[in-house]
Amino acid sequence: MAPPSSNKRTGSNKRAQLGLFAGYLAAGLGTVLGLLLLAISLWRPETFQGLRSMANDAAAPVGEVGAAGRVGSRNFFEAIAGYYQAGSKNAELEREVRIARVRLAEARAMEQENARLKALLDLAAGDVEPVATSRLIGSTSSSTRRFAYLSVGSAEGVRPGMPVTSPLGLVGRVLETGRHTSRVLLLTDTDSVVPVRRATDNVVAFAEGRADGSLRIRLINLGINPLEVGDIFVTSGAGGLFHPGTAVAMVSEITDDGAIGQLLSNPAATDVVIVKPIWQGEVLESMDAPVEIEQSDE
Amino acid sequence: MERLAPSARRDAYGSKINRSHSPILAYGVPWLSIMLASLTPLLPIIAPAPILPPFGYLMLLGWRMSRPGLLPMWAGFPLGLFNDLYSGQPLGSGILLFSLTMIALDLLETRFPWRDFWQDWLTASVFIPVYLLASALFSGAPFALDQVYLLVPQLLLSIILFPIVVKMISLLDRLRLTRVKRIG
Repeated sequence: MAPPSSNKRTGSNKRAQLGLFAGYLAAGLGTVLGLLLLAISLWRPETFQGLRSMANDAAAPVGEVGAAGRVGSRNFFEAIAGYYQAGSKNAELEREVRIARVRLAEARAMEQENARLKALLDLAAGDVEPVATSRLIGSTSSSTRRFAYLSVGSAEGVRPGMPVTSPLGLVGRVLETGRHTSRVLLLTDTDSVVPVRRATDNVVAFAEGRADGSLRIRLINLGINPLEVGDIFVTSGAGGLFHPGTAVAMVSEITDDGAIGQLLSNPAATDVVIVKPIWQGEVLESMDAPVEIEQSDE
Repeated sequence: MERLAPSARRDAYGSKINRSHSPILAYGVPWLSIMLASLTPLLPIIAPAPILPPFGYLMLLGWRMSRPGLLPMWAGFPLGLFNDLYSGQPLGSGILLFSLTMIALDLLETRFPWRDFWQDWLTASVFIPVYLLASALFSGAPFALDQVYLLVPQLLLSIILFPIVVKMISLLDRLRLTRVKRIG
């Protein structure tokens, strides 16, 4: 049983009364200041970016040790799991099948994308040179916001807006960068919206985060819902930012205006992620656009 | 509880002869432990949904309840600020909620000066849902009321883990009061 703190009954002790009052005043001031800061950061979310990046830079070594530990401990458990050959092999095969399925969908999407690009621009899409490869060193696992931290920052050439991918698909995009860390907005955050299309055809949609590990896929053309469970969605590249043809989600449940999709690249299962440069296909298109308008004017 | 004779040479915190508490340890451990607990986002857990309890807040509740008066009333500001830097919440949400918690706990203590473990746990199980819901509302992302189910696993985990956190705090408290300073 916790003993009551002694300074509660101040009586006529002026000093104690003043102390108690000062305590409440300080806490009240803290509350007001907190409210003010909260209002500012809700109004202008980028205001305290520098402070946060600095703090993350300072604490990044802890996270990196942890990330290395995650890989290490997984190997440790894998070593133990080696005794149970059947189970681990099964898991391995399942993983490979999962990767293969994603790869197949991606390849199909890429093939189609290629054909479209060739037809439209007489140009083949080349491979993208990654900006940096890095580990996810942590995530906001107790907040409803879904951010992750990367162990590369502006010193390695990472800029806000760059898409972050894993071998399994899209993970998110860079939101803030520090010197050697950056904050990634994961796809499952409720603020994240990614333009996607079905890998097999051109059914376009938006994939919005639901903060619980799944995505809401909202069709742009409303009408009869053509989606089926098991459909794979890839980024469409519309609006720039995300490279077209990166796997995003697999439909697991059909809703009225689209579907609920399971994330294909679960960030928890990825060790290394790739930061890609911002996709600027849109810019190229818009550079072509005025020419067409001029021609049509004539 | 078994009482040691006032003249005993040793107690739970070490030898009483020639040794004294270290002020740095005695005042620093609560702050340091709450700040360390606020660093949970740097744990190598990449969660697809909010699952981990807000350990920084649990530690604050635990310290404030088991050692009233040790943390000053204004402690909510610096500790909340530190929590905000890492938690992913917009800056200010932790400051506000931590400060309000300090005030609320103080008022509660004036009302119920003698508390036992069960009452502390009950208090925590009221404060934690309020904290989680308020954090979700302040998070800056659109949060609809039908998304409350997101918080349920985290909420249950936090309430179940609270006694364990308090137990850890009592171990830290023993460390805090260890007589390490040599006199003379």
